[in-house]
Amino acid sequence: MTISIPEKTNSPIGNLQPKGWFRYFSFSLDHKVIGLQYLVCGFIFYLIGGALASAIRIELTSPISDFVPRDVYNQILTLHGTIMIFLWIVPVVNGAFGNYLIPFYVGARDMAFPRLNAIAFWMIPPAGLLLISSYFINGSAQSGWTAYPPLSITTPAAGQLIWILSVLLLGGSSIFGGVNFIATILKLRRPGLKLMQMPMYCWAMLGTSILIVLSTPVLAGTLILLSFDIVAHTGFFNPSLGGNAVVYQHLFWFYSHPAVYIMVLPAFGLVSEILPVHSRKPLFGYSTMVYSIMTIVVLGFLVWAHHMFTSGTPPWMRLFFTIATSFIAVPTGIKFFNWVATLWGGKITLNSAMLFSCGFIVNFVFGGITGVALAQVPFDIHVHDTYFVVAHFHYIVYGGSVFVIFSSIYHWYPKFTGRMLNENLGRFHFALTFIGFNLCFAPQHWLGLNGMPRRVAEYDPQFQFVNQLSSIGALIMAISTLPFLWNAIHSAFKGSIAGDNPWAALTPEWLTSSPPPVENWDGPAPLVTKPYGYGVQTKEAETQSGNEPAINGDN
Amino acid sequence: MTTLEQSQQKSEVTHSPLEEEHRDVRMFGLATFLIADGMTFAGFFAAYLTYKAVNPLLPDAIYEVELPLPTLNTVLLLISSATFHRAGKALHNNQATKCQRWLLITAGLGLAFLASQMVEYFTLPFGLTDNVFASTFYALTGFHGLHVTLGTIMILIVWWQSRSPGGRITSQNTFPLEAAELFWHFVDGIWVVLFIILYLL
Amino acid sequence: MVLPKSSALIILLIVIGLVIGGTWIGQNINLLPIDASTNASVYDELFKVLFSIGAILFFGITGLVIYSLIRFRKKPGELGDGLPIADNLPLEVFWTAVPTIVILFVGLYSYDIYDRMGGMQKLQINQHDHSAMVSEQKIWGGIGTGSIEPTTQNKATSLPVEVTALQFAFLFHYPKGDILSGELHVPVGQPVSMRLESKDVIHAFWVPQFRIKQDIIPGQPTMLNFTPTKPGRYPIICAELCGPYHGGMRSSVIVEEPNKYQEWFNSNSKESLTES
Ligand code: HEM
Ligand SMILES: [Cu+2]
Ligand SMILES: [Cu+2]
Repeated sequence: MTISIPEKTNSPIGNLQPKGWFRYFSFSLDHKVIGLQYLVCGFIFYLIGGALASAIRIELTSPISDFVPRDVYNQILTLHGTIMIFLWIVPVVNGAFGNYLIPFYVGARDMAFPRLNAIAFWMIPPAGLLLISSYFINGSAQSGWTAYPPLSITTPAAGQLIWILSVLLLGGSSIFGGVNFIATILKLRRPGLKLMQMPMYCWAMLGTSILIVLSTPVLAGTLILLSFDIVAHTGFFNPSLGGNAVVYQHLFWFYSHPAVYIMVLPAFGLVSEILPVHSRKPLFGYSTMVYSIMTIVVLGFLVWAHHMFTSGTPPWMRLFFTIATSFIAVPTGIKFFNWVATLWGGKITLNSAMLFSCGFIVNFVFGGITGVALAQVPFDIHVHDTYFVVAHFHYIVYGGSVFVIFSSIYHWYPKFTGRMLNENLGRFHFALTFIGFNLCFAPQHWLGLNGMPRRVAEYDPQFQFVNQLSSIGALIMAISTLPFLWNAIHSAFKGSIAGDNPWAALTPEWLTSSPPPVENWDGPAPLVTKPYGYGVQTKEAETQSGNEPAINGDN
Repeated sequence: MTTLEQSQQKSEVTHSPLEEEHRDVRMFGLATFLIADGMTFAGFFAAYLTYKAVNPLLPDAIYEVELPLPTLNTVLLLISSATFHRAGKALHNNQATKCQRWLLITAGLGLAFLASQMVEYFTLPFGLTDNVFASTFYALTGFHGLHVTLGTIMILIVWWQSRSPGGRITSQNTFPLEAAELFWHFVDGIWVVLFIILYLL
Repeated sequence: MVLPKSSALIILLIVIGLVIGGTWIGQNINLLPIDASTNASVYDELFKVLFSIGAILFFGITGLVIYSLIRFRKKPGELGDGLPIADNLPLEVFWTAVPTIVILFVGLYSYDIYDRMGGMQKLQINQHDHSAMVSEQKIWGGIGTGSIEPTTQNKATSLPVEVTALQFAFLFHYPKGDILSGELHVPVGQPVSMRLESKDVIHAFWVPQFRIKQDIIPGQPTMLNFTPTKPGRYPIICAELCGPYHGGMRSSVIVEEPNKYQEWFNSNSKESLTES
């Protein structure tokens, strides 16, 4: 790995790089190009994962297994989960927006390790293609994205091994990205920029990167052991060879609970950037936001066994993890109240970016509430591994992270391309997504409570109507992609010219041209110490004491 | 007023003279990466300790390890950390030949470690798939051995590059040596933990 | 503060309305199937409380968001920014404290519920009812006898069943009459004490009407105790992905009046057959 660290960090990379559209297909070292590569690549995988989701919902319109064979259904299910997590949400909320924005926010001309950065991106397309191609070789993995042994040891080996290999590659890419973000945020800050003056997304990415660096290697180690069980017939997780299947679950969730925060903390950060701009108000409670993020990071490591309440865990463990998990709701709650307080008293423009961000708040609150309920052992024992859990985490990862991704695209598209997206199409997109999403997932809570387990291709006929309702919601969600796609492609050529700063925003990425030049600013990097200083001058007279923007921290 | 002017007026934008001083964060990046690498080991250790706590049969009843060879290995690695340190010092003092000598000694110690590890593997009374403890034992020592191998290769590369008069590694450019050294100390530290957990506990 | 004083009363009224409304929703909207075990009624108590709290929070926050979006919308032609309020310590302390208190309450309450379900009880296999080999093995987890006091008397009356899961079926073995059955027959009102073990991969035993679930793990026997309260036929569902036919891995639990159960028992019991 030391080999991949470039020799010079601040080398004049711009001159050697390809120009024009071709650079998006090249091994570019420009953080903005890499960011957009992540975004577009992730979106393509999102479309693939979405097609698989549609297949799942079609199968579930009838209570019998009739659309695809049962083992293919499990393969589709596994691919859907793996693609959506490892190839869409994680790369996009971290890789895409992180790469594009973090160097701007810290006042740097690029990431700390540009070459490592490009390598991290270019590990993703091959890993994704490998994963998908396993379907055509000998059938892909069919033990779910959690790959619990002994099932994952007994299902066809080829697909499972390819799954392990590609998740290892994606995990490696994620670790490289995490190292890069930590170094950039902590070490490449422009002179004069204090930690407590950074835009909130930097804090979110710092927290996320810590989670990535500390937890992803554990998943890697676990999957290596699992592959030994499959190939070399060791018995780490295979009870018939003296192993222990529950140890895998502990190790897996030690990564995968932090992984859910890897998917959502960056989204929290992005929302914290978007809300102040369109409400023309400072981000409320900057320092409490920072402490909340860091508390979430610490607690995120102490809650993993809430996924294992029925796995024969001892009572003390169930209790400990119930309490730890419940307490994550406190810092999370603080963030939500702060966002609402950011809206309060603002001058809000309810455009597409804002609609998606507010949709995120509503959806996530819902998912958070079911999350706290799930954290209670006696509650979870009934609904664990049912459609209730499926509903919970889709409210979080779709209603949360994906809504924020769309919001961010509407917000930063002018910066990416220099052109505006069409507002009316954007609102239409939001309406379809919001309705489709809630129609698809809200009824699933009821399904789970009443007896429908997750990961099934056939179910009790009494659930057919509600499943069809859910499938209609999924159809609306699928359709909602079309106006967005058309908007994104058409506006790139025909959209109205955005100008450098169409939102009159204060964060540093807006203080340069759209799209920005190769090294971000033509002149020296600006020093922005009050990234949320809205209204400070216009309302100076009315400002009461104690209302200073909370950007004057130390460090 | 254009929007940009408006916003620049409000945000406290100051354009201070360009301070693009060369910030070398490579060691920082490497250290972060090594923390990640350490977490992989931590996962393995956790698995091993859990098996030990949970399995009704204690490892001793299932496998028996001899102590002399691993103790020798521990000593070898600890000495090699010290010799590597000397190499680094020598480079800083511009003593190229001294540096090269210490590097070679370090690499030799690394190879000796690997050789003695091999001897241990061939004399152990249990194989990879005998039981979970055996499997975890081989997984941990094997993964560590992989690191030692990588580290030894790095040392040899560093040695090669500091060898010729026009070599790339000089007292001006010490990063490759320092990186390899940090990695080596890390591998060494992991071994100490491994030795305690696998052999002594 | 941003708010004029006159609105304090309105806020109070809204909060009271929310609490009453949320509580009403939680208490009156039923999303659960019928409760057919002693666990189920305890579970439903917890569910109602969580549902009420959740409804209050959800409608409260959503209401705030929607209100802000309407009330603080930028009017056409309006210029300038919102109020530069970036901090308010008392407010932030307030909304750190409220969730903390709610969480503490929820945690304590659900602990109590869990205890009443029997979750904190020591898992013991009744030596008389199970073979000697079985009692030596460690039991990994599950739920004890529930609200029934764990006295030795009750232990003696609990009905032991050995559950074996395999791809893709459940097998129920009654040690007493050496009955092997594909469906679970239990008398209403009697505690049932199950020991679950898997032959291949992980499965799970779930009866939605009993509100209980336990993974069935190869190599690690687990326990699950419950007391059925309502006669009827309820589904037993495998809730852990176990292979292609996972969705079809179902059985039934038949809760019968004691005399009807006895009839079934007698007609299937190997012991009674040898006696006659
Ligand atoms: C308020 C905070 C949250 C709490 C208390 C919470 C709690 C839980 C619990 C207890 C489970 C396990 C349910 C079960 O399997 O029986 C769960 C599942 C899950 N949660 Fe959350 N959660 C929260 C937020 C999140 C966030 C932020 C994400 C992701 C961005 C997330 C994603 C998931 C996923 C993906 C699963 C299902 C994993 C699987 O089994 O495949 N949750 N959550
Ligand atoms: Cu979790
Ligand atoms: Cu199953």
